Amino acid sequence: MPDTLQTPAGHVRLGSNSGQPMTRRDGVAKVTGAATYAADNRPDGLAHAVFASAGIARGRVVSLNVEAAKSHPGVIEVITPDNRPALHLDPDGKSHPFSWRIEALQDKTVRYAGQPIALVVAETLEAATEGARLLAPEYETEPARIGFENGEAYDPPAVGIGGNPSFSKGNFDAGFSGSEHRIDASVDTPAQYHNAMEPHAIVAEWSGDHLVIDTPNQAIQMARGAFAGYFGIPPENVTLRSPFLGGGFGSKAIIVGPQILAILAARMLGRPVKLVLRRDQMFGPVQHRGATSQKLRIGTDGNGLIKALEHEATAATSSFDDFIEGAGNASLNMYASPAIITRHSAVRVDTGTPGPMRAPGEASGSAALEIAMDKAAEAVGMDPLEFRLRNYAETDPASGKSFSAKSLRECYELAAQKFGWSDRPLAPGEMRDENGMLVGWGMGSALFPAPMFAAQARATLRRDGTALVETSGADMGQGAWTALAQIAADGVGLPVDRIEFLSGTSDQPDGGIAGGSGHTASAGGALFEAGSNAVQKLADLATADPDSPLFGAGNTGVEAREGRLFRADDESRSESYADILERAGLETVDAMGSGGRDPANAEARAMFSHGAVFAEVKIDPDLFQIRVSRLIGAFAAGRIINPHLAKSQLTGGMIWGIGFALHEEGIHDLRSGRPLNADLAGYHVPVSADAPHVEALLVDEDDPYVNALGIKGVGEIGITGSVGAIANAVWHATGKRISSYPIHIDALLS
Amino acid sequence: MNRFDYIRPGSVAEAVAAASEAGAAYLAGGTNLLDLMKIGVVAPGKVIDITRLPGLDRIDWLEDGSVRIGAMVRNADLARNPAFSAAFPAVSEALLSGASPQLRNAATVGGNLMQETRCAYFQDPLSHCNRRAPGAGCDALEGHNRSHAVLGWTPSCIATHPSDFCVPLAALGAVVEIEGPDGSREVDLASLHELPGTDSAGGIALKHGEMITALRLPAEASAFAGHSRYLKLRERTSFAFALVSAAAMLRMEQETIAEARIALGAVAARPWRAAEAETFLKGKKAEPDAFAEAAQIALKEASPSGDNAFKITLATRVLTRALTLAAKGTPDRVPALPASVFTSSEGATAHA
Repeated sequence: MPDTLQTPAGHVRLGSNSGQPMTRRDGVAKVTGAATYAADNRPDGLAHAVFASAGIARGRVVSLNVEAAKSHPGVIEVITPDNRPALHLDPDGKSHPFSWRIEALQDKTVRYAGQPIALVVAETLEAATEGARLLAPEYETEPARIGFENGEAYDPPAVGIGGNPSFSKGNFDAGFSGSEHRIDASVDTPAQYHNAMEPHAIVAEWSGDHLVIDTPNQAIQMARGAFAGYFGIPPENVTLRSPFLGGGFGSKAIIVGPQILAILAARMLGRPVKLVLRRDQMFGPVQHRGATSQKLRIGTDGNGLIKALEHEATAATSSFDDFIEGAGNASLNMYASPAIITRHSAVRVDTGTPGPMRAPGEASGSAALEIAMDKAAEAVGMDPLEFRLRNYAETDPASGKSFSAKSLRECYELAAQKFGWSDRPLAPGEMRDENGMLVGWGMGSALFPAPMFAAQARATLRRDGTALVETSGADMGQGAWTALAQIAADGVGLPVDRIEFLSGTSDQPDGGIAGGSGHTASAGGALFEAGSNAVQKLADLATADPDSPLFGAGNTGVEAREGRLFRADDESRSESYADILERAGLETVDAMGSGGRDPANAEARAMFSHGAVFAEVKIDPDLFQIRVSRLIGAFAAGRIINPHLAKSQLTGGMIWGIGFALHEEGIHDLRSGRPLNADLAGYHVPVSADAPHVEALLVDEDDPYVNALGIKGVGEIGITGSVGAIANAVWHATGKRISSYPIHIDALLS
Repeated sequence: MNRFDYIRPGSVAEAVAAASEAGAAYLAGGTNLLDLMKIGVVAPGKVIDITRLPGLDRIDWLEDGSVRIGAMVRNADLARNPAFSAAFPAVSEALLSGASPQLRNAATVGGNLMQETRCAYFQDPLSHCNRRAPGAGCDALEGHNRSHAVLGWTPSCIATHPSDFCVPLAALGAVVEIEGPDGSREVDLASLHELPGTDSAGGIALKHGEMITALRLPAEASAFAGHSRYLKLRERTSFAFALVSAAAMLRMEQETIAEARIALGAVAARPWRAAEAETFLKGKKAEPDAFAEAAQIALKEASPSGDNAFKITLATRVLTRALTLAAKGTPDRVPALPASVFTSSEGATAHA
């Protein structure tokens, strides 16, 4: 990978810090407990809130024993729809694309099991918990609608956040009917719940009409504005602190009802209030990945060239809001086909509203598409990798645009070579290990878009030779504090240990959204530009100062590194930042930066990260217990700022792929609508023994168009490809195509 | 808050006296009771902490060759006890296949026997459950029941007992020592958990105030050490309850099975000893057909209680496999993935 990149200003270069496999800068703080998460805050006078969860999925609360709760020792207040103070915004409204309709005790309707129906505030957590229990709600119950067969179907106006629900190019019917080989595939995916290690939590404290909230959040400035809106105060009156998140996975970007209730309670009582969700409360009001039911058809000619590709997805959403998993859109940008149709329908069920969950759309869609591709390869009689290469998309299949950069071919080659794919028998059921286990090898292609969000940063160069850099970024455990600091250090031309990096609160410039795999590119771009703008100010000072050795160099004739400016044409002439500032009589110079993407490039190019994942499964030939014995992926995602952290992100995504394929499943009782496995004993995610060998390889990729730094993202792509690769490996081991995830033993037994 | 008295008695007699009052519950490792209290399934008015009672954390080898395990011995300590593991390797393997290291460090022998079903409807106080509230009905019967019982169930209750530990214990004729308001008594472990009846949901066969003080394995139980396996089928490689499991233990005389001990787990409201299959194998050669037939015999009374007919097939195959593995001999040491189908170490008859 090229180790230098000239900034737009030309003074500083990326590569002294970026590209290094630094360990997490916040690692010691985290392992010693010094890193404070939202629920660790205990302001003086703190009261504790617990919400009562609806025990039915549909109907109406007709009574709550508020008296019993209020008379319990320690209980301060019980908030219900009868006494809830007004909000400035309607919780059933949607003020912008990232607003969900939320449950903030606006009425007595119950829309899903687990919905907050009252908030109890008490002197202790225990008293609040017991107070909530004593409310003993009674309901008018209507039958719950759970599952695709039981919900109300409709045509969604959009999928994901503002995505097109349908797409068509070419003539599918003609292409498909004229194909030599035709396959179809049906694949269902279940509801999945984010279940970050840290549950949603908030500590809210008012001072007049100023509000301070500690709450984990992936989009700090956006959330600040949203919180302010509900309470009718200007955004600058809200201080939101979210220095660390114990995982977010999409569920902590969008405001949820319980947060609003805690803030309301704090204002009502004139005391700080803390609300921490219990694990079981994570299965309702804080989003989930909606279930999908997908159908695909692929037609190919005799040489294995795809002539027609169709991907239909039905997605479940709540009865009162719309988040439609854009699963079908996974087929828009991956494989070349003269005819492509994608289509979405939706079904309303009585659960909480789904939301973005790590690789929304792509994870579920790719899990089905890769099975269909494997079936198509089988129909043609072609190796699955060869089949994908045969249908390699040189330009974006949906738009016809050139890719900003696409190194998928290199990913296939690297991962296949590392995996040993060339030894794979074409037919299923032919491999056994030394213990007689069925062995199967499967693969999948990985893809995720490379969006960017508006972001800003500030860099301040100080006379002591250090710099302060600031942006409201979000470290969810992925290592933003480290990768962003590396970029920031390069931006100011200093070693990373000489910068003070402040992030994670709303006092800082808008770091954008830690979502869509776009945080490093967005906030990093802003940090780098802020640094180079500050350095430019220094360069202006020095090159205009007759006493400086840089006098007359012109402000594009200098380069910054290690805290000094050098003449570009004469390394022997240089001056330290400190000397420049001192002679100018300044303590600091500072500048803002905003990064971003060249709009012309954004219009002209299709921008994606790519990857290839190869899976080996072992399956007991009689008992059909499954283990993913090897999972090897190679990924190309533009410039990698920190290979150590990037691999960690990618392997984390791949392990999530194991969970998607084999474990994760939110089960709701069809009659009551209540979740049946709302704890981590019942809701399985992979344990270490499920991931004995997971390896992510990085493919160098120089993307000159995606943004000035050439950064894409690695946060989500690891799931895509992995799920289908595992399902395809299961087929290769057993000869059985699965039709739903997770893959249960009984699906292979039959 | 939901107040309860916490009592730490100094002796078993004090504990029993305290527990004789209504609404009392014994607290041992707390890995099940505290969870059930938190989710509102039980609400004892008095919690009697028996973890510090003297003498209950010992493993004693008695003169007749039997072993007596105090009820407060931690699962991890018992599983790793060299003499115990050598004499009863399938019991160690079963223990180590359960839960996680952290839970095994906390959980106790007595508590494991006392643990409740993991039926989701039992664990949801808003669901109808005869086991939780006799006469309330059973929501599992028409609900999500793919992991429920295939043996010994009635429409009153289709829950399973989740223990791994109890499965080989039932097969080995373990005896449970009990102290209570009416004095001491003993119960065979295999009948400690009552099966559901026409009108009853079954459950632990202890009278109010009784506590388990020890578990005894008879001397003859160690005769199976050379050919003892526990096999646990699950849908996650570790830290998951069994979908079905089997303990298979053989006393071999050359190629002939002199005696067999067999029990199934996660198929019924109790660890399911398969006495008829044991009898069938006596005197047979250790051959695949015999094992397959024994497994058929063990499951011949089985019937699906819901969407779980596949468990009957699986249980038959798991037992066949467990018997096959047992015939090959106990491994030198408990495998790194205890009781897993992915354990590669088989063969070596270290204890023969």
